[in-house]
Amino acid sequence: MKVSLTVNGRDHVVDVAANTLLVDLIRSRLGLTGTHVGCDTSQCGACTVHLDGRSVKSCTMLALQAEGAEITTIEGIGTADTLHPMQAAFRECHALQCGFCTPGMIMSAIDLVQSANGTLDERKVREGLEGNICRCTGYHNIVKAVLRAAESM
Amino acid sequence: MSETGIGKSVKRREDLRFITGRGRYTDDINRPNQAFAVFLRSPYPRARIVSVDPSGANEIEGIIGVFTGKDLAADKLGDLPCGWLVKSKDGSDMKVGPHPPLAVETVNYVGEPYGVVIAETLAAARDGAEVVVTEFEELEAVVALDRATKSAQIHANVPNNLCYEWALGDADATNAAFAKAAHVTKLEISNNRLIPNAMEPRAAVASYDAASQEFDLVTTSQNPHLERLILSAFVQLAPEHKLRIVAPDVGGGFGSKIFVYPEETAAAWASRRIGRPVKWTAERSESFLTDAHGRDHLTKAELALDKDGTFLGLRVKTRANLGAYLSTFASSVPTFLYGTLLAGQYRTPAIYVEVEGVYTNTAPVDAYRGAGRPEATYVVERIVETAARELKIDPVELRRRNFIPPDAFPYQTPVALEYDTGNYGASLDKALIKADYTGFAKRRADAERRGRKRGIGFSCYIEACGLAPSQLAIQLGAGVGLYESGEVRVNPTGNVTVFTGSHSHGQGHETTFAQIVSDKLGIPFENVEVVHGDTGRVEFGLGTYGSRSLAVGGSALIKATDKVIAKGKRIAAHMLDASIENVDFAEGAFSVRTSNQKLTFGEVAFAAYVPSNYPSTEEPGLSEKAFYDPKNFTFPAGTHIAEVEVDPETGAVEVVSFVAVDDFGHVINPMIVEGQVHGGIAQGIGQALMEHGVYDEAGQLVTGSYMDYCMPRADDLPNFTIDTTVTPCTHNPLGVKGCGEAGAIGAPAAIMNAVTDALGVVDIPMPATPERVWRALYRA
Repeated sequence: MKVSLTVNGRDHVVDVAANTLLVDLIRSRLGLTGTHVGCDTSQCGACTVHLDGRSVKSCTMLALQAEGAEITTIEGIGTADTLHPMQAAFRECHALQCGFCTPGMIMSAIDLVQSANGTLDERKVREGLEGNICRCTGYHNIVKAVLRAAESM
Repeated sequence: MSETGIGKSVKRREDLRFITGRGRYTDDINRPNQAFAVFLRSPYPRARIVSVDPSGANEIEGIIGVFTGKDLAADKLGDLPCGWLVKSKDGSDMKVGPHPPLAVETVNYVGEPYGVVIAETLAAARDGAEVVVTEFEELEAVVALDRATKSAQIHANVPNNLCYEWALGDADATNAAFAKAAHVTKLEISNNRLIPNAMEPRAAVASYDAASQEFDLVTTSQNPHLERLILSAFVQLAPEHKLRIVAPDVGGGFGSKIFVYPEETAAAWASRRIGRPVKWTAERSESFLTDAHGRDHLTKAELALDKDGTFLGLRVKTRANLGAYLSTFASSVPTFLYGTLLAGQYRTPAIYVEVEGVYTNTAPVDAYRGAGRPEATYVVERIVETAARELKIDPVELRRRNFIPPDAFPYQTPVALEYDTGNYGASLDKALIKADYTGFAKRRADAERRGRKRGIGFSCYIEACGLAPSQLAIQLGAGVGLYESGEVRVNPTGNVTVFTGSHSHGQGHETTFAQIVSDKLGIPFENVEVVHGDTGRVEFGLGTYGSRSLAVGGSALIKATDKVIAKGKRIAAHMLDASIENVDFAEGAFSVRTSNQKLTFGEVAFAAYVPSNYPSTEEPGLSEKAFYDPKNFTFPAGTHIAEVEVDPETGAVEVVSFVAVDDFGHVINPMIVEGQVHGGIAQGIGQALMEHGVYDEAGQLVTGSYMDYCMPRADDLPNFTIDTTVTPCTHNPLGVKGCGEAGAIGAPAAIMNAVTDALGVVDIPMPATPERVWRALYRA
C-alpha cells in the first residue's frame, strides 16, 4: 500500500505493508535513524516525532495513518551549524549523556514549550515530560534545558 | 589556565551528533544482504527441551533457517564463562552450572534462548518464531531466594543450588566484640532486584567473510576487547585476530552491557552458518527478560556498640541471588565488591561477613551500577541509622564519633581494603549546611501541619573504584588483569589521535580525555580526537565499568602522554643543540633553560616524521602507548542527605530534597561529573521507591515492561543539590577517584533512612511503594 507524506520538508511516496509502523518507515525506509525505538509499549518516548506540529510517539502509529501528514524528525529541526534553541539548550545544560532518549526528548520538549504559551515552570516541565524516559541524567539538566530554551523560543 | 583544560566544564563534543540525530547506534547500522534473527525463548522457568519442530517455520516465505543450541554445540562452541573464580570459605572452588550460549537440554529461566530463527526480513523471522513447535517437559522451578537451597536442584553439579559460601574477616575477633558489647543493633533487610534498562536495547550486527575467515561484530558493549577475548578463548567462535568487535555509540549500559550474552554470540555464529550478515535488536521485553539483573540480596546484620556508641563489631550474613547461570562477573559482585566495603567510613575494628551465592530459575544477576557497593552501603548505613535511633543519639553524631579520622590514612580496614585518603567529616559538614539540617525540625513541624510526615535520612557511603591492581585481582580469582591501555598518536601536523581501551556510553570520554591530553600537551582541545570501542583500532582494553575509566584509562593516557613529551624533549634537545636536562616542556613548547630558544609541539612533531635535523639514536615518529595498572582501588566517598514527605492518605513518598556532597578527588570536567551524580541518584531513588524486578511464585517475570516496572520519570524526582570536597587520590597521576556510581550507591540508604524516619518504623522493604508505606502506617 502506498502512503504519501512529507518528512522534514521533503515529499515521499512509500510502499508499505499495512502493519508497518510509522517509526519503521522513518528509520528503515527513509534512513532517518535519529528517531529511536526504546520500548514496545509506547512508554519511553524515544520515538517521538512531530506530526503536523504536535508530538506523537511514532511507534504507536501505523505509517498509513500518516497519509498526507507533515512529519518532522530530529534531523529536521536544526543542524550542527544552526541548532534549534532546544538542541542548543540541551548541549549548553548537559541535558544528555548516552544520547539515546535525546531526540525524542527534544521533540517532546519543543511541543511542550510551544503549546505552553509561556506559562512553563519546573513542575509543568516535569509533568510534561512524563512520557519520555531518560535513564542517564536524572532529568535535572533536562528540566533546566527546557526552561532555558523556553526563554528563547 | 585554558578554557578547555583540566577542571573546566567543557561542553561535550559528543553532543552535536546526538542532538541532531546523527548518533550511530548498533541498530542504526545495516549491512548489504543482511538477514534478521529472532530468538526462541523459554516460556518456562525450568523445563527439559523434548523436541523442537521447525517445519512450520520452514514453510514461511523468507525463512533462511531455524537453529538450536544443538547446532551450536555440534560446532563445538564453548560455554559462556564466568570470569571470576570465587572460593568458598572451606577453600573449595565455586560450583559453576554449565551455560551454553543457546540452551541444549534444559532451559532455566523464562526468556532463556534455546534457538534462533533467521529470515530475510524481521517480520518473517517473527512469524517463523511463532510457529516453531517446541515440546517442553516442565520441571520444578526454584524461585524464592529464601528457600532456594532447600528446593529442586537446578544444575546436576551444584548440590543445594549453592554456588559458594564465601566469607571475609575475622570471625573470632568479631564474636569477641559482640561478647563485650553494651548494645547490639540487629537488622534484617533485603536489597531489591533491579532491571538495568539502558534506554538502548542490546543489539548486534554480525558479518562473516568466508574468504578471510574474519568476523565483524558490531554490538552494544561496554568492553569490546573483553568480549572478543571471551568469544575467542572460551566460546571459541573464532581466533582473536580474526574477530573484530565494534561498540559504536552505545545508549547506556549501567553494567548490563559488560557481559557476554547468548544472543550476540549466536548472531555471530549464525552469520558464519548462513554466509550472510545477521542483525538482531532486542525488544524491550527481551531486555527485561534477559539483560542481567542487579542486586537481589537477603541480609541479616548485627552491629555491636559500646556504651558511648563506638562501633565494636559488625556481623553480616547475606544470601545473594545469582540467577540461573553465572553471568560474566556475577560471582565477584556479592563477594569482593560487597564484603570488602562493609567497613564503610568507620573504624569498626572487627567485621565478619558470610555470603551464600545461590542459583535460582531467574535471569542471571550481575553488576548493575554500583555492583555490590550499593548493597554494602545499604547494610552499613541502614544499621548505623537504626543504632542511632535505638540509642537515641543523633545519627550525625553517631557517624561522626565513628568516622575514620583524616589523619588515620592510609587506613587498613578489617575487610581487606586499604583506604588511601579521605576526609569524611568534611563532606558531612558541607552536606549538613547544604541540607540546612538545623532547620529540619521546623520543616518537619510545618509538614505535620499540612498533614504530611516528613523524614530525613543520611548515607555516608564509601565505594571502591578503579578496580584494581591486576596481580591482586588475579590472586582473588579474576580471570583477567584490570589495567587499561592508552595510545597517544601524534600526527605529523601536530594534532593528536588518542586511543583508549575504556568505552564511553554516555560518560563523555571523548570530551574528558581530550581535555586531559590537550591540557598536558598544551595544544588546542580541538586538536585532540579520542577513539574508543573498536578492537580493530584500539590495541586492547578492559572497558568501562566500576567507575574506572578516568582513574585507570585516563592514567594510561597520562602515562603515554608523558612518553610523548619525553621523546619530544630528546628530539628538541637535538634540534636546539642543548642537553636534554636543560629542555623544559610547558604550554605546548619545548624551551631551553639556558637560552631563549623554543620549539613548538607542532614543530617537534613535524620533525619526528620528517627527520632531517634529528637525533641518530631516535626512531622516527611520535606515537606512544602505555598500559596503566592501578596500585590500589580508589575510594570515592561522601554524604547524601534525603528529605521525604509521606502523604498518609495515599502512602505516596515525595522526595522533597536531595543533597549529595561527594569526594571524587580532582575533577576534570565538573559539568560531566554533576551529570553522573544526577543520574546515579535517580537510579538510587528508583531503587528505593519505585523499581522492583518481580517473579511470581511460578517463576514468571511479572515486571516485564514499562507498564509494570516503574522507571523514575521526570515528575518523580526533585532537583538535586550537588557539591564536592576534594582529597586527591594518592596513587594515580590525575588524583582522581571516579564518579559514575556514587549516586546509585549512596542514595538508596539516604532515602530509606528518611522514609523510615518519617514513618517511625525500623524497616520497610525497598521499593517503598505507596502500598507498602500505607500498610506500614496502618499496620497497627
